[in-house]
Amino acid sequence: MSKKSPESAETKSDACAVKPSTHASAPVNAALSNAQRIELYRKMVRIRRFEERCLPVYNSGKIGGFLHLYIGQEAVAVGACSLMGKDDHVITAYRDHGHAIAVGMDTKPLMAELYGKITGCSKGKGGSMHYFAPDLNYWGGHGIVGGQIPLGTGLAYAVKYQGKKGAAMAFMGDGAVNQGAVHEAYNLAALWDLPVLFVIENNGYSMGTSQERSSAGELGKRAEAYDMKFYICGGHDVYEVRATLDAALTRAREQSKPAVVEIDTYRYRGHSVADPDKTYRDRAEIEDYRKTKDPIQVFQNQLVLEKVLTPALIEEIDAEARAESERAVEFAEASPFPTAADIQKDVYWETDQPKRTSEGRIFFNQP
Amino acid sequence: MPVLTYREAIRAALSEEIERDPNVVIMGEEVAQFNGAYKVTEGMLEKYGPKRIVDTPISEAGFIGMGIGASMLGIRPVMELMFWSFYSVAFDQIVNNAANVRYMSGGQIACPIVIRGPANGGTNVGATHSHTVENILAHHPGLKVVVPSNAADAKALMKTAIRDNDPVMFLENTILYGEKGEVPEGDITLPFGRAAIARTGKDLTIVTYGRCVLHSLAAAETLRASKGFDIEIIDLRTIRPLDVDTILRSVAKTHRLLIVEEQRPYCSIGSHIAAIVQEEAFDELDAPILRVGTIDAPSIYSPPVEKQQIPNVDRVIAGILRLL
Ligand SMILES: Cc1ncc(C[n+]2csc(CCOP(=O)(O)OP(=O)(O)O)c2C)c(N)n1
Ligand SMILES: [Mg+2]
Repeated sequence: MSKKSPESAETKSDACAVKPSTHASAPVNAALSNAQRIELYRKMVRIRRFEERCLPVYNSGKIGGFLHLYIGQEAVAVGACSLMGKDDHVITAYRDHGHAIAVGMDTKPLMAELYGKITGCSKGKGGSMHYFAPDLNYWGGHGIVGGQIPLGTGLAYAVKYQGKKGAAMAFMGDGAVNQGAVHEAYNLAALWDLPVLFVIENNGYSMGTSQERSSAGELGKRAEAYDMKFYICGGHDVYEVRATLDAALTRAREQSKPAVVEIDTYRYRGHSVADPDKTYRDRAEIEDYRKTKDPIQVFQNQLVLEKVLTPALIEEIDAEARAESERAVEFAEASPFPTAADIQKDVYWETDQPKRTSEGRIFFNQP
Repeated sequence: MPVLTYREAIRAALSEEIERDPNVVIMGEEVAQFNGAYKVTEGMLEKYGPKRIVDTPISEAGFIGMGIGASMLGIRPVMELMFWSFYSVAFDQIVNNAANVRYMSGGQIACPIVIRGPANGGTNVGATHSHTVENILAHHPGLKVVVPSNAADAKALMKTAIRDNDPVMFLENTILYGEKGEVPEGDITLPFGRAAIARTGKDLTIVTYGRCVLHSLAAAETLRASKGFDIEIIDLRTIRPLDVDTILRSVAKTHRLLIVEEQRPYCSIGSHIAAIVQEEAFDELDAPILRVGTIDAPSIYSPPVEKQQIPNVDRVIAGILRLL
């Protein structure tokens, strides 16, 4: 799928020209209460404000390593995770802040993790790429491209093995589809009828490489070789994401069938904050998407049309999201760092217990 | 002599070898159009074109394996791993194919590939991106392992690596990329297996390599100033082949050995060197051999704590003070 659909190239006008969602009447969307619609909107805004707040913190040197922002893709994580039942699970790659907030993680420990503080969601051990919340069925946050896809398949295997009617959603980028592990996972899932959805968030680029320069053929279509169903949908409209994934999830839960879901989306920022984003796309392309397909603007327009959102409420949600991200920063600032003594905790289950269960020396320390 | 960064020195070696030998091809993720994730190959696509400088998909097993196969027909691929940490995706290709093909064919097939990229901690990129894999690679006969600590060595060793007829694993360091040093112009090479004496001394020998050479030099200077210690520092340059003779000669002079490595201590390069020294120079030792390495756990993200997890000047000083 090419990044610029002819339609988006034409609709250059302001955001208000965005057409109403064609998926509002899908049963899974029609069934939403007003409060639930507002909650979907609020989550997207909270993700964006959180990540925008991360930027100055990163630039001030308080966040180390990599910071991959999800800005522009919010409707994908929010739409997908809003469909999760108690036996559904999610796993993704390093661009993981959006999914974390979408599944319900509190932004305070998320920000503290970026600061490397002990109050972070991974005690400062994982950083931006390695958020986890198993209590919310959120299994990370994975730094190695494609490495999470077999794990997602394993989550589906476990759900099926334990006789539960759930499914796993394993997210990856358009670059990750070229990892061998992804293909092995596709085959296993199809061969063994595992309830897993392989969700490709196609933002058009893997770092500085466009989809055309990295992938032969169409991404979603690769499912056909494994006799898997595949879906392709737009990722700018949260209703469309929900309608598409609801069909795929229902099929996975009820018939234990895997599928590939390719979602067309876009990232506004560089690959990571360190990417100057100057070599591989032009500004106009970003602006074009922002003007015509910004997922928050699209849904805002939709909810205004539905008379669910008012200008006052829009303002209130935004102000609250900004205040929330500010509180997250304050929390992170005030929290302590781990100490050197924490380095060797959380390595083994058994060494974290009061009593060792094996014998022999397990760590080798030096001056 | 021109002063180059470590990054520029590697680029100079790559460029000179591209110009010298039409079989040299550079491949990897983002090496061409994006100018390299760490800019080692900056400007090379423009200069040498897309046949010589090639962007790959994110398929390490595929493109590394492809390079190994191509090398069997005489191509000299220099494959960039954006981080050595991603070698695990291509591990089978490296340890089963590159390392073994010559042996299993009874010497009929050569595999002149170079795999290069950074392998270090200290940049808060977390456990998945901070692997230091020189010990794991060196464990496999058939592979050569190179670990330059400075710009001049990086250039000379890279040229040697490209001309070598065996698979060479070339481990760089993102923190060293910006370090400057004098680099001779033109066709300089260094033989593998010849360590450098980075500092001469008589009280204690430090055997080290890569970025830890810098920590060791700083620690030695500090202790010379404060305590008058005279410390010898050996920079290994290559892990396999290993310049055992230079290590033994130094130990015979100083009688004390500290190994400093950015490695977890369990089955590390240091464990190996300690075993050799006690086997071959037991009578020369006046104290147990000590090691300073990475604290034995996956790499922590938290920036200030990661500084303490990997070797640093303070920890090297503490190690020296236990021996002197
Ligand atoms: C095995 C592996 N190779 C390379 C990388 C470096 N890397 C990190 S993200 C990335 C691009 C991935 O692009 P895509 O899958 O499209 O996801 P996006 O970043 O667009 O969300 C690369 C090459 C890595 N982390 N792991
Ligand atoms: Mg992408």
